[in-house]
Amino acid sequence: MITSIQIGNTVKKFFTEIGEMSFFAGRFFKEAFSSPFEFKELLRQCYNMGNRSLFLVGITGFILGLVFTLQSRPTLMEFGAQSWMPSMVSISIVREIGPVIIALICAGKISSGIGAELGSMRVTEQIDAMEVSGTNPFKYLVVTRIMAATLMIPLLIIFGDAIALFGSALVENLKGDVSFQLYFNKVFDAIEFSDILPATVKSFFFGFAIGLVGSFKGYNCTKGTVGVGEASNSAVVYTSMLLFIIDFIAVFVSDIFFEL
Amino acid sequence: MNKAKNIAPILSIKDLKKSFGDNHVLSGFTLELFEGENLVLMGKSGSGKSVMIKCLVGLMLPDEGSIEIMGKDITKLTQKEFNELRTELGFLFQGSALYDSMTVRENLEFPMRQQNKSEEESLKLVLEALENVGLVDAIDLMPEELSGGMKRRIALARAIILKPKIIIYDEPTTGLDPITAKEIIQLMRNIQLNYKTSSLIITHDVDCARVISNRMILLIDGINYAEGTFEELSSNKDEKIQAFFK
Repeated sequence: MITSIQIGNTVKKFFTEIGEMSFFAGRFFKEAFSSPFEFKELLRQCYNMGNRSLFLVGITGFILGLVFTLQSRPTLMEFGAQSWMPSMVSISIVREIGPVIIALICAGKISSGIGAELGSMRVTEQIDAMEVSGTNPFKYLVVTRIMAATLMIPLLIIFGDAIALFGSALVENLKGDVSFQLYFNKVFDAIEFSDILPATVKSFFFGFAIGLVGSFKGYNCTKGTVGVGEASNSAVVYTSMLLFIIDFIAVFVSDIFFEL
Repeated sequence: MNKAKNIAPILSIKDLKKSFGDNHVLSGFTLELFEGENLVLMGKSGSGKSVMIKCLVGLMLPDEGSIEIMGKDITKLTQKEFNELRTELGFLFQGSALYDSMTVRENLEFPMRQQNKSEEESLKLVLEALENVGLVDAIDLMPEELSGGMKRRIALARAIILKPKIIIYDEPTTGLDPITAKEIIQLMRNIQLNYKTSSLIITHDVDCARVISNRMILLIDGINYAEGTFEELSSNKDEKIQAFFK
């Protein structure tokens, strides 16, 4: 039976962790804007996160567009509104579904990867070895990973959105005899600045959250190999939760500025 | 090799104290390492050796006491000053701690990142260090391709790459077979001769201590319980001291 003390301890642990993560984020901003800058490592991380996630994001985006269109088609046809398909799909994907689904996929791949990598570096004393050699491991390992995730996730989301729209166009082309040119003309007619800007801005926050939580969990990993597994696992769970919170705030703020 | 006490020590730890809650790990530990000396520190698991090392290399702050490296109290240095001083320290980690994502060459070049050395200079130093540990051919290998003994040698090469004045060895022979352990001990001796370093060796290995030490300190309950040469300590009748040599 769960006692009030256990609940109290869990709540205390949760808020302690939020406090520690905020401190960690504060240290990131302090270290990110002071020299020396680790450009080479940043580029390596951008390559690792961006290039190595392209295939996964591409496949996810393609299936997302394909399935979304296939599932929506019958309902729109019932109302004779299948000509609305390109605008409906494009707005849904660009504004909401694309960024959230691709960010969640990246949380599973990138955030857990960072958590596991930094966690294993911590338990095998590689981070200590860096510090002893006079290198700032926070700057070298954490700052570069958070920055790379912040820069790469928006690009992956744009790529994923484009592939999703292609998947949707393919279904429309095969099932509805709509040419690719007509489909994309309708897409670009439907999408407005107020659809793209908030989605792009929030994707930077998604990237930051993915890098931050993965790095925080890995960098502060303890308890040996069990701890590495926990760091990787909790990185995904915390990042996913954080993504939905960011999404909620982003939609709320966008509504104020753009009256969605 | 034991130096006269009027010579200033290259490394001096005075009255070091460190506690974790009610657990007093170090309760006034004192140590002096002189130039060119091989000082062996022995202690049971949990006696505070690792905590002492972590305090010494700045990975942990002591509660009380002072640590002077080459006359500079590290607790009073700025991070930048301490990082500069760290180039005079080489550290061989117990588990080697090679960077998994880097080749042997990149591992060895890593401590030189802040030194602004040209690629040619770096390569020369890397090759020299690898030659000293007999693993020049491994320069482009990844750590996962190396055996345990090779990893330890590469870690040793990384520790000496900047030609430090002091090398700290944390359990250098632990986890190795007796033959490889002997090779590592021989390498440590060669490095001491070639580089004229002072060494602080933390070990459980009595053979290692017998071969390499000029002086030994036995750490019990967070304090230096006994000090002397291997012969002096191994012939001591005190039960606690004898327990180390059984």
